[in-house]
Amino acid sequence: MALSDKDRIFTNLYGLQDWRLPAARKRGQWDGTKALIEKGRDWIIEEVKNSGLRGRGGAGFPTGLKWSFMPKQPGDRPHYLVVNADESEPGTCKDRDILRHDPHTLIEGCLVAGVAMGAHAGYIYVRGEYYNEHLVLQAAIDEAYAAGLLGPNACGAGWDFDLYVHRGAGAYICGEETALIESLEGKKGMPRLKPPFPAAVGLYGCPSTVNNVETIAVVPTILRRGAPWFAGFGRPKNSGTKIFCIQGHVNKPCNVEEEMSIPLRELIERHAGGVRGGWDNLLAVIPGGSSTPMIPKAVCDDVLMDFDALREHKTGLGTAGVIVMDKSTDLIKAIARLSTFYKHESCGQCTPCREGMGWVKRMMDRMVEGRAEVAEIDVLEQVTRQIEGHTICALADGGVWPVQGLIRHFRPMMEERIAAYKAGKAAPMALAAE
Amino acid sequence: MAKVTVDGIEVEVPNGVSVLQACEAAGKEIPRFCYHERLSVAGNCRMCLVEVEKAPKPIASCAYPVADGMKVFTDSPMVRNGRRGVMEFLLINHPLDCPICDQGGECDLQDQAVAFGGDASRYREEKRAVKDKYLGPLVKTIMNRCIQCTRCVRFATEVAGVPELGATNRGENMEIGTYVEKALTTELSGNLIDICPVGALTSRPYAYVSRPWELRKTDSVDVLDATGTNIRVDARAGEVLRILPRTNDDVNEEWMADRGRFAFDGLKRRRLDRPWVRQNGKLKPASWAEAFTAIAAGIKGRKIGAVAGELADAEATVALRDLMAALGSNHLECRTDGAAIDASRRDFYTFNTGIAGIEEADALLIIGSNPRLEAPVINARIRKRVATGGIPVGFIGPRGLNLTYAQDWLGEGGATLSALVGGQHRFNEVLRAAKRPMLILGRGALARPDGAAVLAAAWQVAAQNGMLQADWHGFNLLHQFGGQVAPLDLGFTTGIPADIEALWLLGAEVPAAVPEGAFVIYQGHHGEAGAARADVILPGAAYTEKDATWVNTEGRVQRGRLAVYPPGEAREDWKILRAASEVLGIRLPYDSMDGVRARLVEANPVFGGPGFAPHGCTDLAGPVGDVGGVAEAAFASSIHNYWQADVISRASATMAECARTYLPQAAE
Repeated sequence: MALSDKDRIFTNLYGLQDWRLPAARKRGQWDGTKALIEKGRDWIIEEVKNSGLRGRGGAGFPTGLKWSFMPKQPGDRPHYLVVNADESEPGTCKDRDILRHDPHTLIEGCLVAGVAMGAHAGYIYVRGEYYNEHLVLQAAIDEAYAAGLLGPNACGAGWDFDLYVHRGAGAYICGEETALIESLEGKKGMPRLKPPFPAAVGLYGCPSTVNNVETIAVVPTILRRGAPWFAGFGRPKNSGTKIFCIQGHVNKPCNVEEEMSIPLRELIERHAGGVRGGWDNLLAVIPGGSSTPMIPKAVCDDVLMDFDALREHKTGLGTAGVIVMDKSTDLIKAIARLSTFYKHESCGQCTPCREGMGWVKRMMDRMVEGRAEVAEIDVLEQVTRQIEGHTICALADGGVWPVQGLIRHFRPMMEERIAAYKAGKAAPMALAAE
Repeated sequence: MAKVTVDGIEVEVPNGVSVLQACEAAGKEIPRFCYHERLSVAGNCRMCLVEVEKAPKPIASCAYPVADGMKVFTDSPMVRNGRRGVMEFLLINHPLDCPICDQGGECDLQDQAVAFGGDASRYREEKRAVKDKYLGPLVKTIMNRCIQCTRCVRFATEVAGVPELGATNRGENMEIGTYVEKALTTELSGNLIDICPVGALTSRPYAYVSRPWELRKTDSVDVLDATGTNIRVDARAGEVLRILPRTNDDVNEEWMADRGRFAFDGLKRRRLDRPWVRQNGKLKPASWAEAFTAIAAGIKGRKIGAVAGELADAEATVALRDLMAALGSNHLECRTDGAAIDASRRDFYTFNTGIAGIEEADALLIIGSNPRLEAPVINARIRKRVATGGIPVGFIGPRGLNLTYAQDWLGEGGATLSALVGGQHRFNEVLRAAKRPMLILGRGALARPDGAAVLAAAWQVAAQNGMLQADWHGFNLLHQFGGQVAPLDLGFTTGIPADIEALWLLGAEVPAAVPEGAFVIYQGHHGEAGAARADVILPGAAYTEKDATWVNTEGRVQRGRLAVYPPGEAREDWKILRAASEVLGIRLPYDSMDGVRARLVEANPVFGGPGFAPHGCTDLAGPVGDVGGVAEAAFASSIHNYWQADVISRASATMAECARTYLPQAAE
């Protein structure tokens, strides 16, 4: 059973209707926002907690809990809401559609979240490449100001709230929350040491919370329709609806809002027109954006798309960017391309990531040709373990997981490639993954 | 306090300290590269990883605060693997040039590779190459060796106050540099060499000169500025090869100014290494006996005086004073720059707050001094105070100086000082609101006709604005050289009368008023104008070549030690005076160092102790001087060319190169 249209939060995900305020209002946005605000921050946080909403940016941290870390009583330092719209994870393009087709869900969400965390100002950090999207977002914010929905006494509910858009310069690392804060402050985007966490010392040294676009954008609907409604989708602790981005070797790549915990096979077959050449032509799937380890077809057959089910298979839901690879794919080359990406995007701060990602990339490049020793697969695996968990931020973890996933499930393929190279015959070159 | 268990050892540490500090308190050494006690925490090298109970991942101990009841493991498999991994990563792109690396033997990377690294490299790919950067004439870079710990970036930004270093590019391509290639504009650049844990930043003058284990190391004191920086002189085969700072939290922490560090090559050049006697108007080489005979003949029956120069040590000074007394003379002078110093009370001419005391001050007034050039290390201490405490700094002197911290420019000269004396200046409010205000008076501000008035006025500002308290002394005179305070302690302020007929110059220049026919004896290590005018030249020892007592601007008494012997026939200065006294038939009553030092304590008991301890001021009576007589003229620091401010640095090729780089207009 698929998510019915009446339960969709992003009703203009495909941009079939106008994104502007009047149309957004017709779709139910900005409906009774004043009343929501007037119920107070404690109620909002409680509702979000009860809804079971977990962060949609990749890590899946419970949103209500995160908000409750903000100081209860504002001190002499202002609180800030920061929205992470630096969507740079390869395989993920959900926030983009929210920004350009349904910006008012986000803007309304910012106001409500701002109230919940005692913030009078919010910053939306938009990925630099999202130029048109930022224009739409800015125009939508201007509309909201003009309609009195933002600014002093926003929505007439007695809460002052200003919203600013900041464009990044295209660095993947700036999607890490503390690097994003650094970048927003005008510094080089490099993750900060934690603790202190942003809720204590964040933007400009003030209490701040950084949330993903989708996380913020779903909140007003949750509040309007009630926590039990949202919690009713998906399995316990994995509740709600979620935008999945399905791409790769499927017949109809698409973004789709679906219920959490939907089986992967059903997701692909119902919304993306199935795997190219049929389900049996499937080789592997990267289920949650490029950082998550791939799973082979055997796992894909019955795995559910939620945080916990995917973790059981040593991967993760991540940003729910589902990358489908059929049997024509050169998996080693595909993963080598990802290693190149992470090497390029490492900020260079921590030793393991700075030095290690280049090492991994170079070894992967040789693995593509098979120009290596079988024992080097173990070295490669150990190097990824030496990187993982030894750095300030999670970029390095996400950078080595794809390699670990490849070795875990497709080691024989790598050994075969090496043997073929040694035998002097060119390896069977499959489709490039660029 | 928090109770932390480190490898089963329970320690109690203050809340808020890092896990690394707790481990050190438990006696566990934690390897580190980026962490440095005196810099902000970067936490990026990941070498200091430790395991904390219940934490899923190892944590960076340098950056993680302790919590009560925390259990830390510094030698678990997780920690050992983590360290070995980080070591391996650091080494994969590090060149294997240790045999020719100047850091070799004293390299953190080398040492920690031995202790925590693996035994073989698994890296089969090509190594990274990084272009070397130009940072100026003092710091040499070999950027292939850089491990991107960013200590240098943090030092330049935080301590030196010149945010000119930074990291460009990302990931593997990250490089340390000055963005736009240029020499670092700081007088503290040598410290970059010390804090660099690898051989990426090394000393340019010392490049390929020696291996560290060949050096004989002698603890001593720097005298090329008045800070009294504690140093270690490294020498080989009678030659000083480098000078490094030693840690002394009360004085220089662990920093050192570039002139003191790099000017030592001047010790080998333009030296007076044998006695000279003027015959028929020309200086001729002579033996010691001939020189002493010439002196005996030259000063006989003449009215004699003595002048101690800016690099005179206390032992020689007291011997010179005794010699003069024996000759019946009380014409003594040390204020060769003409500074109107009143030596009737010690707190009139010392840095009473103390260098460490700066960190307690909550307001500062600088009068006629450029501490950045006169005492870079003290300036760094002021900067530290301003950076951490945000204290207001009022400045009277040239407008627009970059002292590396924000200063409130009050005016150029005497008029502003007079306004502050009047109590009506806006900065008076700031000073009165402060609990621990202090002022720094530059020695240059006293070297002008109204110097005595400036001194009296500055004291009055101190007295009237709460700087003189029973437990706080906020009046400070900043001297410029390490030999300027000891002669003041020994009474070299009686003055040289205009009709003087003979002069004994202890490393001093000829006072302008010396009559044509006066007989001049110059005793010193570098011959400049004083030597050129001399009738007899006695070759003395430089500060690295003698056991000697030095008094810094605080009045702190410190001992320098002989690191190398004086060149040629040059001798330790007090011994020269003792030998001369014999020929002159008056024989000074000591013939050992202990004897001279006993005499020193007798002459002024301050030499028997540390010379400086934090003190207050209860007697507000000020130095002699007409407070109202301050002229309106602008104040100027007496140091314009930092790199060549003393005889040793003027003989130094390294300092000449610095002057050419930084002061192209001043270099000849």
